This record gives sequence, C-alpha cells and structure tokens, in this order.
Amino acid sequence: MSKTSPDTTTNDVAEILQQKFPDSIHPDDREGYSGIVVSPDSLVEVAQSIRDDFRYNLLTSLSYVDYIDEDFFEVVYHAYDTVKGGPALNFKARTPRSQATLPSLTGVWPSANLQEREAWDLMGIHFTGHPNLKRLLTWEGFEGHPLRKDWKEPFYEEDKKPFKSRWPEGRPDRAESRLPYGMNVQYPPGFTPDGWSPEGESALYDSLSTPMTGSGVDVQAIKTDQLVVNMGPQHPSTHGVFRMAVTLDGETITRLEPVVGYLHRNHEKIGERNTYLGNMPYTDRLDYICSMSNNLAYAMTIEKMMGQEVPERAELLRVLVVELTRIVNHFWLIGFLLNDLGAFFTPALYAILERELIVDLFEALTGSRMMCNYMRFGGVAYDLPPYIGGPAVKPGDKARHMDTMKFIKDLVYERLPRAIDQLDNFLTQNEVLVSRCKGVGILPPEAAVACGVTGPVLRASGVPYDIRRSDPYSIYNELDFDVAVRYNCDTYDRYLIRLDEIRQSLRILEQIIPGLEATEGQEYWAGKRGYNVRVPTGEHYGHADNPKGELGFYVVSDGTANPYRYHIRAPSLINITALEEMCRGLKVADSVVILGSLDIVLGELDR
Amino acid sequence: MSNEAVSLHNPDYPVPEELRHNIAITTLDRIYNWSRARSVWPMLFGLACCAIEMIATAAARYDPARFGMEVMRPSPRQADLMIIAGTVTKKMVPQIVRLYNQMSEPRYVIAMGACASGGGPFKEGYSVVDGIDKFIPVDVYIPGCPPTPQALLQGFITLHEKIEGQSITTVPWYRKGEGEAIPVPVLGPDLIDPRQTALIRNVASQPPDTSDAAQEPATD
Ligand code: SF4
Repeated sequence: MSKTSPDTTTNDVAEILQQKFPDSIHPDDREGYSGIVVSPDSLVEVAQSIRDDFRYNLLTSLSYVDYIDEDFFEVVYHAYDTVKGGPALNFKARTPRSQATLPSLTGVWPSANLQEREAWDLMGIHFTGHPNLKRLLTWEGFEGHPLRKDWKEPFYEEDKKPFKSRWPEGRPDRAESRLPYGMNVQYPPGFTPDGWSPEGESALYDSLSTPMTGSGVDVQAIKTDQLVVNMGPQHPSTHGVFRMAVTLDGETITRLEPVVGYLHRNHEKIGERNTYLGNMPYTDRLDYICSMSNNLAYAMTIEKMMGQEVPERAELLRVLVVELTRIVNHFWLIGFLLNDLGAFFTPALYAILERELIVDLFEALTGSRMMCNYMRFGGVAYDLPPYIGGPAVKPGDKARHMDTMKFIKDLVYERLPRAIDQLDNFLTQNEVLVSRCKGVGILPPEAAVACGVTGPVLRASGVPYDIRRSDPYSIYNELDFDVAVRYNCDTYDRYLIRLDEIRQSLRILEQIIPGLEATEGQEYWAGKRGYNVRVPTGEHYGHADNPKGELGFYVVSDGTANPYRYHIRAPSLINITALEEMCRGLKVADSVVILGSLDIVLGELDR
Repeated sequence: MSNEAVSLHNPDYPVPEELRHNIAITTLDRIYNWSRARSVWPMLFGLACCAIEMIATAAARYDPARFGMEVMRPSPRQADLMIIAGTVTKKMVPQIVRLYNQMSEPRYVIAMGACASGGGPFKEGYSVVDGIDKFIPVDVYIPGCPPTPQALLQGFITLHEKIEGQSITTVPWYRKGEGEAIPVPVLGPDLIDPRQTALIRNVASQPPDTSDAAQEPATD
C-alpha cells in the first residue's frame, strides 16, 4: 500500500495513482480541465484506493456531463479529505452515449446513492450494482432523460439565451400559444392516454413491504403486522413538499425511503440556457432562506474560472451578508425544530423575530427581502445605503430613518446576542426538548462521512470539517473563529451546534464591522461590470460552507456566453442519505424531529 | 361592493333612538358574508420559497390575527382557503387537486407569487406547471417573487372584498345536487389532465412534425 506523506498534494496523488493503475488511468489533459480519467472497469478499485490509501474519505459531489459532440457521458467525482482538508481529488469516468453504463460507487461511498439515482434520472446513465436505481426527481414512467443535450422541453425555444425572437426588441411571448394543449406538456408520438395508470407508487410500496432480511427487527418472531405509512408531500412537519414512506413494525420504523422531486424546478436545464449572470437570481431560489450564501458560492465558482479578483470592501460585504444569513437560517431551524417537537409556533415566533430585522437590512441593501440577487462576478451589486428605510421614507421620519452602520452594530452587539441568549435560556434545558432529543437519531462520524453529510450536521457528529477552514475562501483565513463541533452525534447536539454557530458568526461579524468602516467609499465591484462575461473553456468545481452544508457548483464552460454544464451539489439532498440509518428502530414521531434537525430545504433538495 | 357592502349595519331602516347602540339591522347576505370573511382559515401548506414569506406573514410583525386568519389548519377539511405558496410542479399537482377536492365549500384559492400564478421564473422548465389556474379556479392572484408580506395581506383584503360581494342566493354551495370534483391529473410520460384525454389522443397520433410547425410563428 502506498503511504502518503502529510504534504502530498492532489497532483502527487494523481501521479501515484497513475503509477499504481498504469493501464486504467490517464490524466485529463483537455485545456482548462484537471484530474484523472479512470476506465470504467477499474473505477471501483481506484475509488477504493482513493478512499483507503489516500484518505479522501468524503465523496461530496458526483456530476455528470453530456459531451454530445464527442459522443460520451462523463461522470465527475470530487473527493475530499476531512482530516487534512485541502482541495478535491477530481476523477472521472466516461461511457458511450448509446450504452451508458458505469459501475456504481455506492459500495465505496454511500453518498453516491442519491446522486447516482439523479444521474440515472436526468441523464440516463445506468449504474450497475446500485441497490435502488429508480428515478429520483421526475417520476417512474417519465419520458426521456431531460439533461441530455438532445432532449427538448415542451416550451423549448432555443438552446441559449437571450432568445432571438425577443431580444433586443423585447417582444412578449406566450409559450402556451405555441402548443396544442395550451399547457407545459408534451407526449411521445402515438401515445394513448386511455387507461394510463402510474407505475411508481405500487413499486414503491411493494419494495417497502417486503420483509427485512438480515439485520434489524425480526418481524416474524414478534408477530406484529408491518405497515407502510406515507408521510407527505403535504404534511406540516416535512418542511415543504418532502415525502417519506416508512415501514412500521408497531410504531417502530424498520425502513424509510425518502421520496423527493415534488419541487423539482429544472434548475440545471434552465441554467444551461441562461447566461452566466442570468443564473445569479436562480441561485437565490435554491436554498431560499440563504440566498446570499448561494450567491457567494456561485460567484466564487465563476470568478475562479475567469480569474477575476474581488476588492476588499466587496469581500467584507459578502462575509457580512453571508454570516447574517447563517444566523437567519439557524434561527429558522431552531424555530421549526421546536414546531416539530410539538411546541407549535410560539418558539418559532421568537426565533424569527430578529430575522425580520436582518431582512430589513437586506431589503435596504438589495431591494428584496429574500431573493437578494446581490453578488456579481468581481464584487457585489450595491454598496451599503447610508440609511435603512428606503426611498419611501418621508423627510423627518426619525423612526424609519436609521443609520445603516448603527443599525448593523445594534444588531451584532445588542439584539442578536440577546436573542440567542434568550432562546438558549428558554429552550436548552427544557425538559421536553432534552428528553426528545438526547440520544435520539445517532449519526456516528464514520457513517456521516460515508453518507456525504456536510455542514453543521457533520460537525455535530464530531467531525470538525468546515470548508471555511479546510479550503478557505473569501477572507475567512484572516478571520478569527472556531469551527463549532459537538461529539454526541444526536439530535440534541445538532440543536446545540446551531447555537454555537450563531455565536461564532457573531464573532466574525464583530471583526467585519471595523473593516466596513475603514473601507467606506471604496470600490465594491471590480471588473467590467458587464452582463455578458466571458469564461475561458474548462471546468471548475467551486464550493462554500453554507448554513446547510457544502453547496457546490460544477460548471463546464465551452467558451461561449452560456455554461455548457451547470450542476449543483445540494447539501440538503445528500444529507438525507443518512436519514434511514438515523431513524431505524425509533418511533415515527422521532423521524419528524430527526428530519427537522437535518435542516433540509426543498428548493435546493429538488432543484 | 365597496364600503357600503362592508358596513354591517343598514342605517336606512328606522331603529328607535334608544336602541341604536344595541341593535343592528342588516341583511342575511351581509351578516353571512361578514362573519365568513372574518374567519377564513388558511390551509397550512407551503410549496416553495413563497411559503417562507407566508410564514413570515403569519408571525408576529404582520399578525394575520387582525384579519381573523391566524388559524392555519393542516387538514383540507377544516380549511377555507388554499394559499398556493410556491412553484407547482407536475409531480405535485395531483396532490394539490386532490387536496382542493377534499376542502369543503365554501373554499377559496389564492395564487401567491409568480410561480403559482403563471409558472414564474421556472415556467420554461419541463417539470413545472405554468400556473395553478390550469387546474383549479383561483380567486386572487398576488404578483411578486416572492410577494412581500404586505402584498399577501393586500391579497387577503381583496379576498375579503370578494367574499363580501357574494350572495347567499347564488353561491354554488347551496345549489341542489352534488358539486363536481376536479379530475385528478395523472403522471404519465408527461402530466396528463384527464379533461384533455381526447385532445391528447388526437394530437399525439398526428405525424410528429407538428411541433416544428407550431414553433414557426415564434421565430420569424
Ligand atoms: S414566485 Fe418566486 S419566490 Fe415564489 S415560489 Fe416562485 S420562485 Fe419562489
């Protein structure tokens, strides 16, 4: 076994791997690309070596690209080392378009599970050895694999925006009038709608009601009936349109399958039609509670590809809004978690009180409370306004005319610390919270890493992995903060770690404020400020530590004004890989709380 | 249906001076609508980003209790109002129609935001329904992405006005016979609206060049 010295870089690893598997690995030498290409036959073996010999234990992202002109699909894997940190090891596998088959990596990294299902669903790549290769975001029976470059949606107009029919004249268009159904649908030729019945549902329930073999509860011995129960997609405690089907033995969960896709909004296909900048407002709508953080991750990805620098004031503003967003997100989480515990809405009312103040700031800064669309390649769209209140405030209205810096200081030094202490005082020792959360939903560190869990959930499982430290971006390496970590791996720690993270964010904000004052009036948006940026040919995977976990963007540029491939690694989706493991053996009511502590948001999960 | 309909008391009817503060004379329609409009219970049900602003509206700062609308019910059977707060996807629309069918009359629908009203920023996507009004009748549309809480409250007020303009003699839920349920869409190779079965059968059996011909007008 080859051993790696502490300062081995990813390039060295790639070289050692090539020596070890000389026949099945070659470097990806296309211009602007990096990493290695592995032949499908030895993919599993190489992956095992990457995980065991080189300790890249976290497979975060599995992206897939349709190179239609070269006639192959490429699956791109990014693996990280959660102990040493550092950049990703990027390896790829190719398969011909006509017979798209690759070996599944679920045996090596369970985190590949849902991502491979997604690749099967949207690109039609078959993964042999996958335990449950069903469609993920669309439904069983859906026609075609929509992210293939030759698949056209019903409202298809052109491959790339801006559409010639509408720009530059700005002619209005109603896509419905072009289709015979007056609606966003299309059917294969010769299709007859009569007597159509969907296949997916019965398949789902059948697969769940087969008795468990091997580990787990021996149902035969205790002679109770198994029951398959459906929760969602319309259910008050699934945080949107999440659905899970659980097999119950009495009240105990023996199996659980998340069913997702109820908010699949086709983000990636639209993203490949859009210009680079045109995607910025769409990223707002991924994790719609944290639009600022999504903006940042996307802006950084494209800036890296362009080689664009960001001025200091812009970085400060970015960290300001992103850390405020983290606080908002964790406040929501605490409120919702208490909802799920049965304390309906009162804790949530307190938890989101301060959120209103933060969105006031965002509204004054960007014009929108939630969908801020704030970042640009090379900076941010606006500087801080002198006053919070907006143009509608009448002269002399003192109550609504607040000095922005004073407002921010009030928030950071007074209101937010007080709010978090208040929640802490009321909730942390609360008997119900303690007894419902302590020891519930254990996620051991090895399982968490194997499932690709990131963000606060991973850190509550005792793994101090934070991208702000392990692969620093923006100005985080100049800031003084601790990576919050908790070691009990249960729901209670996942609650506590949110409090810890809010406090760390406040620490960061306190360091930002003097910088903001010192850089007042300086440039906040470098570069040409154009709408059409040119991105050199190549690929890049950019990521950031969002409040919910690692948000990644895998972008492939072919040198034109629109991305050739635009893939999103959504933390919410990959974090639910661990859900079944965490819930098995517990009661139904616990699954609701565990889901709440995982902190998912459907806009990002389903995209 | 403006201010006159809103005021409960009909001042034209002579009420003796000493009873003025104790007795209100009104019509059945007015008292019926007045009480209905002030206790519209929304369904606790969110779809996407707009739901976050809906929750923010339900919280302390905007306080929908002022409109008698703070009681959100998770069950469609106890709800009067369905707020479609977010993007309606094809995978979700069968559930929404089923929920709508389960609501008892009188029932109202608010399409909150660009997505629910017409597909919004995701309209061009293959997986999104271009407006919930293709399937269920909508009473109030609220523009915005997402609409601010103020806009949602304005939508509530507009709905109240609509309710106050209805008459007990003509409302559909006192007609004879059973109300008709909306056929639940089916997920086939694409979303199938059962009301379009004949049309789909006709169009899909045509030679496949229809799609090109249909697109021509947009490009010239
Ligand atoms: S209208 Fe905008 S905010 Fe509302 S659901 Fe659609 S994308 Fe989200």
